[in-house]
Amino acid sequence: MRTTLPPALSILAVLVAAAFVFSDYHLFQLTMVVVYAIAILGMTVLTGINGQISLGHGAFYAIGAYTTGVLITSWNVPYWATLPVAAVVCAGFGFLIGLPALRLGGLYLALTTFALAVAVPQVLKHKAAEQWTGGVQGLVIDKPDPPFGLPLSPDQWLYLFTLAVGALIFLLAWNLTRGRIGRAMMAIRDHALAAEAMGINIALLKTRTFAVSAMCTGVAGSLGAIAVQFVAPDSFTVFVSITLFVGLVVGGVASIPGALFGAVFIEFIPNLADQVSKAAPGAVYGVILIACMYVMPSGVGGALARLVRRVMR
Amino acid sequence: MIQGVLHQIISGIATGGIYASVALALVMIYQATHHVNFAQGEMATFSTYIALTLINAGLPYWVAFVGAVTISFAIGVVIERILMRPMEHAPVLASVGVFIGLLLIINSLSGWLFDYTIKQFPSPFGSGQPILGGFVSSHELGSTAVTLIVLIAVYLFFRHTKLGLAMRAAAFNPSSARLVGIRVGWMLALGWGLAAAIGAIAGMMVAPVVFLDPNMMAGILLYAFAGALLGGIDSPLGAVLGGFAVGVIENLMGAYVVGTELKLTVALIIIVCVLVVKPSGLLGRTVTSRV
Repeated sequence: MRTTLPPALSILAVLVAAAFVFSDYHLFQLTMVVVYAIAILGMTVLTGINGQISLGHGAFYAIGAYTTGVLITSWNVPYWATLPVAAVVCAGFGFLIGLPALRLGGLYLALTTFALAVAVPQVLKHKAAEQWTGGVQGLVIDKPDPPFGLPLSPDQWLYLFTLAVGALIFLLAWNLTRGRIGRAMMAIRDHALAAEAMGINIALLKTRTFAVSAMCTGVAGSLGAIAVQFVAPDSFTVFVSITLFVGLVVGGVASIPGALFGAVFIEFIPNLADQVSKAAPGAVYGVILIACMYVMPSGVGGALARLVRRVMR
Repeated sequence: MIQGVLHQIISGIATGGIYASVALALVMIYQATHHVNFAQGEMATFSTYIALTLINAGLPYWVAFVGAVTISFAIGVVIERILMRPMEHAPVLASVGVFIGLLLIINSLSGWLFDYTIKQFPSPFGSGQPILGGFVSSHELGSTAVTLIVLIAVYLFFRHTKLGLAMRAAAFNPSSARLVGIRVGWMLALGWGLAAAIGAIAGMMVAPVVFLDPNMMAGILLYAFAGALLGGIDSPLGAVLGGFAVGVIENLMGAYVVGTELKLTVALIIIVCVLVVKPSGLLGRTVTSRV
């Protein structure tokens, strides 16, 4: 507690201060960093802490985004009220997908979730739901204005709002994983049989972890939809899931602050690489992903934690 | 109605042949290393681009075909030697990471070298009118024949050659194989080369139908996964049967049940159903592990 709180608070302070320094476009980028950080955090809990590999979290991101989009455009629900709904919907889907996942070991789960990610855009385009989802065209969402007449630009407000939600979710995740439940999750990851012998209900905990993880990523999806002001099936291809996976690995699979580093990476590196050529972002992702696996398997988060331990000792 | 169903089944068998080849490539790597190659589809697409380049350079189709298969074989061997070797005993997450990285690299390499526009790919069997009473196009017939030849060749290779036996031994029990003098590492590299070559053939057979672009194989890979799992991921024969079955199921479902827009979802449903109902597949061994 004593070692985690000061750095966490100072990062938060810097992020809040950023709202009053940067231009609107850069604030939009920072908003997306926070959004991706929340999405990756969901995967950290599932893959890093609980050991279930998912290559399909883009699906939950899409479900969250669409929940928000549909609620806003079809029923005029205020944007902030869509977040809890998206959380519940995604947790439900996560729980359902967690059920067959129970029977799948590492590789098969990766494969199945990969299939889920590939299939998502097709399902979103389907005619049966076109009335609500807008089919191929997708949905346009208005940017929310700051409430109570606060002297902020819409971008500043949206950034601070996203940051507040993000901070809350990070706090909850940190609290969840460092306690009894977190230790049980890690026990399942490290040795399922021993964990069961210790009296941990594996099926229950694994499906619930899946639900929590899907909930995180889903809320990120709905914040992302508000920030981008647009949801369409083709923005949720398998590449979203792969991007999130890259962010997870680069940040460090089992590191909660790592989610933030991973998010910075996937938001800014493609922009930089894009200036070289259209093919560059994918290639850079691929090379860095493989490099991470060989030289830095615990990611930026893990490397930093080691550094801190060495300095603090 | 019966005519229509028959037509769907026959064209399902034709596409199923492609899935069967890719599924076979997946199973070959899985048997030897217990890794699922997520980059298999991307590798096949890249090989197809190589073939197209050779054809555009003026080579006759079958020369380009052999050239592309040979180059793909070499690429497969090199990838195993350089990238996969150190991953032999790595945890699942690391191998999944490396495969996804490979997928991204090859995909953007295809886009960068051959650009992202959709290209036509020639068929060696002509694009004439449907034959045999309008049931099947000459390309469908030809590609099914090629697929069958490949599958039989692979079978004969593993069953009746010394090298095939050595590769089976290396996959089945690496340490015993090493003790009788088989160079296990090289057998794995050969397996990768063969899988890449089979993928290349599948890519060249499917490209005239779906057209060539860097993401051509994404859906096909998914069906091949479904086929491999349906047949049992450690059984080559099962993978082939599973591939054909998935082709037929996909076509029938697409035509009569869910419509063409949800075809990929059919693959997802097959995967989930197999894994939940019978994880070892139709012909696979049930895996039990000591604790």
